[in-house]
Amino acid sequence: MKYLLLVLTSLLTGMTELMGQHAEHKDSIANQQLKEVVVIGQLSTNKAKTMRVLSSLDNYLDESVSIDMVKRGAYAWEPMLNGMTTERSVITIDGMRIYGACTDKMDPVTSYVDITNLSQAKISHGQAGAASGATIAGSIDFMRKKSGFDKEPLAGNIFTGLESSNMQKITGASIHHSANRFFSDLDFIYRDAGNYKTGGGEEVPWSQFTKYNLSATTGYKLDSSRHIETSLIFDKATNVGYPALPMDVSLAQALIASLSYYYHPVKSIISEWETKIYYNTVKHIMDDSKRPDVPIRMDMPGWTKTTGFYSKINGRFGRHSWNTGVSAHINSSLAEMTMFSDTPGEKDMFMLTWPDVNTVYGNLFVEDRLQWSAAWYSEFSGGLGFQRNTVRSEFGLSSLRIFYPAMDKGKNRFLPAWSFSINRKTISWLHTLRIGYGERAPSVSEGYGFYLFNSANRFDYIGNPFLENERSLEAGLSSNYRSSRLTVKMQANYFHILDYIIGRVDAEFAPMTIGAQGVKVYEQLSAADILSLGLEANYRLGEMFEANTGFSYKFGRSKQGDKLPMMQPFSYLLGVIFRKQTFTAEANVQGSAAYADYSPAFGETPAAAYYTVNASLGKSFSFSGQRLRLKTGVENLLDRNYTTFADWNRIPRMGRNIFVNVIYSF
Amino acid sequence: MKRNILSLFIVFSISLFTISCSKDDTDKQNVNETANLELVTILINNNHKVEIYNSNGQLNNGYNEIFVRIKDNAGTYINNASLEWNPVMHMMSMSHSCPYSAITRVLGTQTLYSGYIIFQMAGNESEYWELTINYTIGGKNFSVQGRINVSQSEKRTLNVFTGTDGVKYILAMIEPAVPKVAVNTMTAVLYKMESMSAFTVADNFRIKIDPRMPGMNNHTSPNNKALTQSNTGGVYKGALSLTMTGYWKINLQLEDAQGNLLKGEPVTETNESSSIWFEIEF
Repeated sequence: MKYLLLVLTSLLTGMTELMGQHAEHKDSIANQQLKEVVVIGQLSTNKAKTMRVLSSLDNYLDESVSIDMVKRGAYAWEPMLNGMTTERSVITIDGMRIYGACTDKMDPVTSYVDITNLSQAKISHGQAGAASGATIAGSIDFMRKKSGFDKEPLAGNIFTGLESSNMQKITGASIHHSANRFFSDLDFIYRDAGNYKTGGGEEVPWSQFTKYNLSATTGYKLDSSRHIETSLIFDKATNVGYPALPMDVSLAQALIASLSYYYHPVKSIISEWETKIYYNTVKHIMDDSKRPDVPIRMDMPGWTKTTGFYSKINGRFGRHSWNTGVSAHINSSLAEMTMFSDTPGEKDMFMLTWPDVNTVYGNLFVEDRLQWSAAWYSEFSGGLGFQRNTVRSEFGLSSLRIFYPAMDKGKNRFLPAWSFSINRKTISWLHTLRIGYGERAPSVSEGYGFYLFNSANRFDYIGNPFLENERSLEAGLSSNYRSSRLTVKMQANYFHILDYIIGRVDAEFAPMTIGAQGVKVYEQLSAADILSLGLEANYRLGEMFEANTGFSYKFGRSKQGDKLPMMQPFSYLLGVIFRKQTFTAEANVQGSAAYADYSPAFGETPAAAYYTVNASLGKSFSFSGQRLRLKTGVENLLDRNYTTFADWNRIPRMGRNIFVNVIYSF
Repeated sequence: MKRNILSLFIVFSISLFTISCSKDDTDKQNVNETANLELVTILINNNHKVEIYNSNGQLNNGYNEIFVRIKDNAGTYINNASLEWNPVMHMMSMSHSCPYSAITRVLGTQTLYSGYIIFQMAGNESEYWELTINYTIGGKNFSVQGRINVSQSEKRTLNVFTGTDGVKYILAMIEPAVPKVAVNTMTAVLYKMESMSAFTVADNFRIKIDPRMPGMNNHTSPNNKALTQSNTGGVYKGALSLTMTGYWKINLQLEDAQGNLLKGEPVTETNESSSIWFEIEF
């Protein structure tokens, strides 16, 4: 609680500053990033926050104060935005909607891309992210890396890395070609890791993984105001262990393809008009064949297919900067479970865990920014989405009708969203006060899941096709300060969520999974409140030193006062960076208060306070237009054995990990 | 003469045509009426061949829906017979009958008759079932008799037991014949054994069901409905939820009209199964 006060105090200080600010800063130089951005995989530069340049995308996201990662092993962490899991946020890749194919959330969208594909993640809070789709928590849009026209004719890099804890080997390369009317990028990354070791050196079995990712983009300029782009990502992970879960993954594979058309006239109220069609398919096969001791052998494959498009225009008109868009997608999600009886000759037990659910979604969206004066502006956004879910499998429909005899095959929903913000931007400050309202539809699992086992609280979950939309009233406050030495970003996001969807025990139902303690059915709490706080600061001390810090805290309660699960306790980062010419040295302490505000009702257990010490050294060599960058360091230097609030089943995190990254660029 | 030959030819042609037509009709009819059935056996007397059919060509202990067709020596199927039947089990030391229904014309057919027989047990080398069918055609009585082969069914669909009231009951499952992952309609017949040869439908009872998967830690399903009768003398009907394919054990409890438990035990943590049950595997 005292940490909460600390953060609130800082925010209030920020507000006081706002009040005391004079209108003398008339300049509106875009010295501030309006949206929160996580820089990813800038292999040849030093912009990213993470020490390990070649670390996974998950590690990059974990550095953001707005994002916590739920970890079920060393691979495919699930990003939580503002303390909310992926049902409540929209995660897109270059605006494309992708649905994970695993009923147990072992394949969030982020697991099908890698740092070589992406340049940054744009984080939007609450309804500020509603342009991407119906959301409560906000959106994370990953932007593809692409060279663009008229850049270096030929550039590229080759890199390799090694990490000691799980003997992860990383190899990859990328090549970029750019010309006046054409560009193309091709990249490849391969990661192969064994089991990692916890602090103290104990091996965590089934934490290995192997991943390949290949991607290509091309652009072709039709004329001075129009161009087209294609993009293709192929990602394949095999032999992925999930130590926190009873099953592993033998294959997780995605193909993500798109074709875009851009129109950017020179003198027009339209600045840019982008239209994209896309298609992606995901295949995910859970498998327990490597586990020596399971109550029953089973296979759980899942598939999703998504086809979609969007078209969005942005422009300026007088004091208005506006953008508007239309988007639609069709998804089908199917997952099966086959259990093999221990009794010889007995037939296999088969069920559909996702009954081939078809989701059709369409959305209209407008956003307008109105500049009232040099410093003041307001932003309004509004959107209306339509969603129809249909259970296409007769088998699946009759399965669900065991629980819901009156259930219809299809359900339609309207999903409105709006937000309004007042902003004051000066040379050194940007203050934003935002209010908003949005609704979301239940996810495939929440609406139609059939005996989905949650290994953390050991309940089988049954979806509920009769769920109403979850609705959220929100308020957000952010203050960013920037001077030549100091940058401070503070934000508070508060969500009052009505008809909050959560699984609740239904004692009438018997569990299916062997070892499960009961069945939870998705129901709706009348209301719940979530507060998400974050603060980041960076201070430059002379030419060579830089100090940075980050704090975050999340708080969640149901209307009845019950704690909501997975709420980050006060967490912090304190770091220093030393730079001299091409040499960098960095050290930081990352830690968290104890997870004492846990929710036993949702099967949570506490986690002790911890901190880890990390340090790294980097050096770059340049020679005739080429560059060699070496980076080495150690994470969890003190080899602490610790676990966090977001570690599934409290599996301890990685112990001391020494890494070496070598990147050659030309 | 020429004219006579012509008329003869015409008459001949017409009759040929008519005969062939009627023969076609009969064939078509016969084919259609047993198209989805399998022949179990044929019982023969001096006048007729009595064909016995069912859905899979094999009789089992438990509930059997049986179809019968009578063919005379000229090969014509009889469409105006009235039938009665009587199955008898010849055991080493005694013989007894079993519950069975009347046998009547199948609606919408010309030559097919049906009913059901609940064989209480399977036959073997030395103990066998004999089926007698007495029938009347146009006021003349006939009888045919023969051994029929009743096999042990792979899954248990029959319970023969004595209730706490001292009455011997026979409980046989009819549906689901094709189980699905769904809420299935479940039907069964319940008989009281009055004597070795007399069986009457037990009315106004309640058959509680508790489906379990022994291979899945005795997983059970929700929204099952106990079996009850909608009319006296009728079948018992309820709802059976099966949440996945595989092997299911349907634990049973029989209650009388007053709610007294006559047979069967509730399944609990310590009691894995009831003493009466059906099995389904799909």
